[in-house]
Amino acid sequence: MSTLAIILTVAPLAAYAVIVFFTSRWKALSAGIAIAATGTSLALSIWLLLGMIGDPTPVHVSMSWLSIPHLGGIRGLDISMGVLVDPLSSLMMTIVSFVAFLVMVYSLGYMKGDEGFSRYFAYLGLFTFSMLGLVIADNYFQTFVFWELVGLSSYLLIGFWRLKDSAAEASKKAFVTNRWGDFGFLVGILLLFTIFGTFDFAVLAKEIPAYEHLGLIALIAVLVFTGPMGKSAQVPFHVWLPDAMEGPTPVSALIHAATMVAAGVYLVARGFVLFQSVPQVMELIAWIGGFTAIFAALIALVQRDIKRILAYSTLSQLGYMFLALGAGSMSAGMFHLTTHAFFKALLFLGAGSVIHALHEQDIFRMGGLSKKMPVTTWTFVIGSLSLAGLFPLAGFWSKDEILLVALREGQTALFVIGLVTAFLTAFYMFRLIFTVFFGEPVPAEHGHGHQAHESPVSMTGPLVLLALLSVVAGLVGSPWWQAWFGSSFGSFIFFGEPEAPHLDLAVALPATIVAVLGIGIAWLVYGKKLVRHEALAERFRPLHTLLLNKFYIDEFYALVFKWVMMLGGRVFDWFDHRVIDGTFDGLGSATRTSGGKLRLLQTGRLQSYALVLFGAVAVAVVLVSTNLIGGFAK
Amino acid sequence: MIGLTHYLILAALLFSIGLLGAIAKRNAISVFMGIELMLNSVNINFVAFNHFLHPQFLAGQAFAIFVIVVAAAEVSVGLAIILALYRRRANTGVDELDLLKW
Repeated sequence: MSTLAIILTVAPLAAYAVIVFFTSRWKALSAGIAIAATGTSLALSIWLLLGMIGDPTPVHVSMSWLSIPHLGGIRGLDISMGVLVDPLSSLMMTIVSFVAFLVMVYSLGYMKGDEGFSRYFAYLGLFTFSMLGLVIADNYFQTFVFWELVGLSSYLLIGFWRLKDSAAEASKKAFVTNRWGDFGFLVGILLLFTIFGTFDFAVLAKEIPAYEHLGLIALIAVLVFTGPMGKSAQVPFHVWLPDAMEGPTPVSALIHAATMVAAGVYLVARGFVLFQSVPQVMELIAWIGGFTAIFAALIALVQRDIKRILAYSTLSQLGYMFLALGAGSMSAGMFHLTTHAFFKALLFLGAGSVIHALHEQDIFRMGGLSKKMPVTTWTFVIGSLSLAGLFPLAGFWSKDEILLVALREGQTALFVIGLVTAFLTAFYMFRLIFTVFFGEPVPAEHGHGHQAHESPVSMTGPLVLLALLSVVAGLVGSPWWQAWFGSSFGSFIFFGEPEAPHLDLAVALPATIVAVLGIGIAWLVYGKKLVRHEALAERFRPLHTLLLNKFYIDEFYALVFKWVMMLGGRVFDWFDHRVIDGTFDGLGSATRTSGGKLRLLQTGRLQSYALVLFGAVAVAVVLVSTNLIGGFAK
Repeated sequence: MIGLTHYLILAALLFSIGLLGAIAKRNAISVFMGIELMLNSVNINFVAFNHFLHPQFLAGQAFAIFVIVVAAAEVSVGLAIILALYRRRANTGVDELDLLKW
């Protein structure tokens, strides 16, 4: 089983290597290799997942990678690499390879004719490898290695159109923002290692609850959590994700919606025991999640770029997941991750289909696409309904589960935030839908004179498949599934006690009502056009401006960067150049100058040497023979 | 009566004259001559000490012979160098032979 896990992880890396070194000239062949490798991964991971459903005993193989023995009082070092296949990782690897596979197929159509076609598929292979490696990791060290690799592939893919300045800027921004989080993560796991002497998840899971210094554990948990905050773009590290939309749209679907940004959620779920042992940290996670959820949803209300709306929606949904984890339910968080992966990938690929047809990203320059692009339209509507959480689509079950957990754990404030976010989500998604797909088609001169058309089968195929999953994937976490098969998502992936799903009308009803309300209001404003949305914007001008500018967080960071970081940088630069360099340059030139002066003593004239010699002897003789100054004469 | 002191004073005078010649003269030959004077003043010291302090031994005289031999050898080498220098530069001024500096 562990061999299979290794094969399915390495296959995309092999594809990457083959494409980069051999086949980059033949585009179709490169794409074929990448898709075949990912297909292999997909088949194997489904096999592993089914095996895990049959027998959920974790398979753990680990071998020493770096071993330095004890040396006197100095602590030895033992780092291992391993494979951990359990329900959590088998589910995650299936999601990753499934979405990766669909995105690659979709990209056949989307990236057609791009001059970097082979490079694109190579990078996708590299990403898939890194992500799968992260998923099967059995210790924090290995996780960190692949965590960074994932960040690298994300950087490469955001900046895929490297000649575009905005893409290059966005990739740098993503990388640097992630570094902030990763730094905390690294410090956290190093602290963990100094205390427990191991990185291994299984060993740590046993030792952490027995450790008495709760304060230290809390510090470590917060530090480790900064990693997920960066990778999953939680406030205040959220700024990179909307900019990451500069990358090709399928990449946004794969990396910045379905898989990589979910890695943070996955890591928290994987190291759940660490966070769970300090209630305050759990509280913090829940509140960061809740805040991000409503914060991003508010921003999404007024954005005009179709991909940015989806990006903020992703932020908001990731916030939901952290809310669930922080409230104490790993099942609910992972369940929402799973369903979200399907419908958000669907929405992004749908948006990609629209962009592909129109070469336009501003939703107010689109309109009436439902006739020209029926498949895209209807799959997009299904995805949005699922995201809005309408019964009985996937999003309903997972969102319901999260709200239920919040209410059950007594987090009423978070529950209310969740409800408001659900309302906002429904509203902004259907604002997008009524504007883009229905209503008046925008005249040709605004639509770049481009005749919209439905996308090729390689693009609509994945859309249909994902739409299907967005409808049914939630059933595995529904009470019906429990009734039919005697098990469900909550009894497959859980922490502590298995969680049985149940439908609580006190939660489901308000959630559904706010979702319908959101859709209804969006219809009134953007569908029926009862009030002009420009008028609304005018009415709430300050609020609208605030939201449109994303609460000025980017500007704030730019300011901080300009004044604090650059100032600090200048001070350190001055210190380095003047003080440090000055010291050593000074030492050097002092030596040279004194040498220059001293060499003049060497005249080269024998007679002057002789004079000095005899003079010295004379002085020595006088000194030795004069009693007055310490001589020995009798 | 002429005693040890007189010999030592003579030797010291000779040595000082030789030293002055060796250090102050410009011509390499004169420098050599100064050096010879210094060596011979040492010889006088040897012989005088031997004669007045330990007349039963001949060690001082023997050493004086040694010094003369070594001085002869040194002079032959030194003169060869000076000759070679003279052939190259048509000059034996010691103060211009400062190629060893720096």
